[in-house]
Amino acid sequence: MKKLVLFIPLVLFLAMGVFLYQGLFLNPQKLDSALEGKPIPAFQLERLETPGEMLTDADLKGQVSLLNIWATWCPACKYEHPFLTMLARRNIVPIYGINYRDERELAIKELRREGDPYAINIFDKDGRLGLDLGVYGAPETFIVDHNGIIRFRYAGPIDQNIWKDTLYPMIQQLQAEAKADGAA
Amino acid sequence: MKIVSVSIALIAGFLLSTAVHATPVDTYEFKSPSDQKRALTLANELRCPQCQNQNLIDSNSPVAHDLRLEVYNMVSEGKSDDEIVEFMTSRYGDFVLYKPRLDSKTYILWLGPFVILIGGFVFGAILIRRQRNAKDLTEEMSAEDQQQLDELLKRDK
Repeated sequence: MKKLVLFIPLVLFLAMGVFLYQGLFLNPQKLDSALEGKPIPAFQLERLETPGEMLTDADLKGQVSLLNIWATWCPACKYEHPFLTMLARRNIVPIYGINYRDERELAIKELRREGDPYAINIFDKDGRLGLDLGVYGAPETFIVDHNGIIRFRYAGPIDQNIWKDTLYPMIQQLQAEAKADGAA
Repeated sequence: MKIVSVSIALIAGFLLSTAVHATPVDTYEFKSPSDQKRALTLANELRCPQCQNQNLIDSNSPVAHDLRLEVYNMVSEGKSDDEIVEFMTSRYGDFVLYKPRLDSKTYILWLGPFVILIGGFVFGAILIRRQRNAKDLTEEMSAEDQQQLDELLKRDK
């Protein structure tokens, strides 16, 4: 019994070692969004293509959607752009864009050149909406359910793998929920 | 000699003055020095979500710049520290707090060291008491056996 007590420090050390070892493989950039489970923040901003036309959070509600934060100054957005256009063509889910801290002219030109995957594009010049969404860099993508509640946030460019493993299953599940709600 | 001391004083003065002026990154007009002090303290305690090991004042990232300005504005509007911290955590999560809040998730963080300290004291106390008891025991033994021991020693001679 007494000898067992002497092993306590070793056991504690091993437990701490395992704990810290796991820490080596965590991605510190992967933060939980504080907004998951909360509605899209209220906003009133211009449509990117037409200055003066106001959009509000009500325009984004009603169906499951992707909310994508992008900008022309962001290289990773250019990387994910072809994937988004391809996704838009497949008509699985509407993609709403938030043009974040950008120049209107440049953004429109870029969409004309590279293709426009966005059903609606919101012009967030000062990054106010981005701030309310807890955005800390572009690109970021939110999955919003049919009630306008943010259900998931992904920081970084999306590609086929992330889409297949994470986003698509979630969207399918939410669309099923939406259908069940609509039927009831 | 005089020149040396003068130049040392100059260098010291220069270093001190730059140290004082190095903190505020942006030129922001605060209503009062106390506002400025409060805003800078807050911005110092909030972490930049992008450059993760810097606070809002140290970081040059655009999001840190925005958040810094937001903190300054909110201080100027007379919002309380709690309101400002709430504003930040509701958007960026508890992650932005350099000083974690005390709640069920962080009890182990805040109370763990004290538990370990008290545990150490208890462990030490037990050890000391045990040693003392052992000493008492040997004394009793020796008192009883002293005579016998003396006899044995005598017999050897």
